[in-house]
Amino acid sequence: MYGWIFRNLPGPLWFRILTAMLFIAAAVLVLMNFVFPWLSQFNPFTDSTIGGAAGP
Amino acid sequence: MSPTPARPDAPVGVHELLRGNATARRRKQERRRRERGRAPRRGVFGTIVQVIGELLLTAGVIVLLFVAWELWWTNISANNAQAEAVHTFSARLQGPVTPPANPQKDFGKPAVLAAQPAEGEVFGVVYIPRFGPDYSRPLVQGTTPAQLDTLGLGHYDGTALPGAIGNFAVAGHRQTHGAVLDAIDTLVPGDRIYVQTRDGYYTYVFRNLQIVLPDRRDVLDPVPTEPHATPTQRLLTMTSCNPRFGSSERIIAYSVMESWQPAGAGPPAAIANQVAVNRPAAAAERG
Repeated sequence: MYGWIFRNLPGPLWFRILTAMLFIAAAVLVLMNFVFPWLSQFNPFTDSTIGGAAGP
Repeated sequence: MSPTPARPDAPVGVHELLRGNATARRRKQERRRRERGRAPRRGVFGTIVQVIGELLLTAGVIVLLFVAWELWWTNISANNAQAEAVHTFSARLQGPVTPPANPQKDFGKPAVLAAQPAEGEVFGVVYIPRFGPDYSRPLVQGTTPAQLDTLGLGHYDGTALPGAIGNFAVAGHRQTHGAVLDAIDTLVPGDRIYVQTRDGYYTYVFRNLQIVLPDRRDVLDPVPTEPHATPTQRLLTMTSCNPRFGSSERIIAYSVMESWQPAGAGPPAAIANQVAVNRPAAAAERG
């Protein structure tokens, strides 16, 4: 899958490596800014409230 | 290049045969190496297995990334958000940033905010010198992830306000998201905890720790763990995770109010430096 994507990127090798790194960076940013903050509310290990008053 | 015997009719020896094998093997390897540059030829089943495998590897990397984000990055981003919240809140405050000339003066009954602040509103700053001379964290209304994950110490809705008779209860993370109460177990009876609101400074004295199960909501009662008692003391209760990286228990720190001073009188001497750091404008005016 990743091999297929990489082979189908346009341009010379150095450009394809650059594009691939940009894709990876974009994926990491989306994860850190949107996915993980949302996921974090389901993490039971950081709950500091009492009586299930909701939240980590 | 297959080895050619010197004479076509000469008997082929073992060495020649072996050399022939080696050449064939080398050719096969070269062909494979060339094919590696192109798409590898696989059946439908092979392709499906490969995609599933790559997705599983990706999922593993994402889980590791989440752990790094939770344990490391949330602290950095929450520390920044909290420092900013403290500065924004402090900038709107009145009164000097130098301690009063006569710190022993009794200012009478403490002023208490008229109503519960709006959900998510930063209405105070908490100073705990035991956690470090520059420890100052925002006090925000509410204890949902929206408040605790970014702004630090959350005030339990409906519990007493700073300076009021009853139980002023706050929650804070032990780990992650700024780890505002990580050092809660290092508090020593007699340690001061200072709460600053727009009205002034409330000094609480740490009394004791208690470790309870997570469902013990009665620690938030006006008289903690005594549901029907009538409160006479002004208490501060802080709750956090226990053990440090777990959540099977809660660690509770009780403190009793000792004194208060209005904003016009200036901060207690022990936190005056940090109060001035949080309000650079007022500190500059002072000279």
